[in-house]
Amino acid sequence: MKVLKLFFIIFIIFSFNHLNANNDDVKSKITKNLRCLICQGQSIYDSDSEFAHSLKVLVDKKLEEGFSEKQIYDYFKDKYGEWILYDPELNKNTYILWLLPLLIFLIGGAIISKGFIIKK
Amino acid sequence: MKNKLLLLSLTSIFIIFFIIFYKSLQETNIYTPDEKINNEIPSFKVQLFYSNNVVNSSEIFNLDKFYLLNIWSSWCVPCRQEHPLLMDLMKNKKIKIIGINYKDTKKKAENFLLELGNPYDKIIFDKKGINAIELGAYGVPESFFIHNGKILKKIIGPLNKESIKEIKLLIK
Repeated sequence: MKVLKLFFIIFIIFSFNHLNANNDDVKSKITKNLRCLICQGQSIYDSDSEFAHSLKVLVDKKLEEGFSEKQIYDYFKDKYGEWILYDPELNKNTYILWLLPLLIFLIGGAIISKGFIIKK
Repeated sequence: MKNKLLLLSLTSIFIIFFIIFYKSLQETNIYTPDEKINNEIPSFKVQLFYSNNVVNSSEIFNLDKFYLLNIWSSWCVPCRQEHPLLMDLMKNKKIKIIGINYKDTKKKAENFLLELGNPYDKIIFDKKGINAIELGAYGVPESFFIHNGKILKKIIGPLNKESIKEIKLLIK
């Protein structure tokens, strides 16, 4: 019985650890995708500025309130604009950015396949 | 046929790159933050500096009045420079100045106000700097001109004589 109790306690400790680790993972993922607006080329995760520090605290608070990752991005986008996100969404300003690699890939593919057909 | 296709693809790639570079030629490479104005003041809980009461941000601003929301701190040097301008603006009865004390200790903030005077009608105590982020601020000092529950103007950095003149014109 004692062994069973011990196992049970160990199991609970490990599951709590796992829970915290998950939350930390999400937090670092979000802060890595948020740009520090007053620093040069740093994310919120990397920066140690006052601005970045406040943002980290707020991300923590929003996660505790049950906000999802997307809701947090939308929240900051609403306050600071699209620029705060490192991963830009597809819209009229970013369509070239998203479509260009695809276009080049298609053109390249066409050239290669054309070459094969001609060789045959 | 093969040459035609190659030529076509090369020209299209060239045109695409040309458009991209031509477009970015006209854009400035110095980033200026989006001044998101005409936004309604977000609703959030704030702690008042003197009474320690927690109130909602919407309770601080009456609809028909003009407000200048000023983010300041005792450790911020430009805040000291703009303070005399705020003391001067305080004399104008049409506008109320609300302060947000950003990442400061109460004692140091009180000493700052004792030394330079208190132009603020109310002060929000923002120890962790969360309220400033909720407002969409970048740091200290920063000021928001508010009327009818909307942010009409945002001044990033210290206030100067020109910005005060502009504010006085707006409330005339």
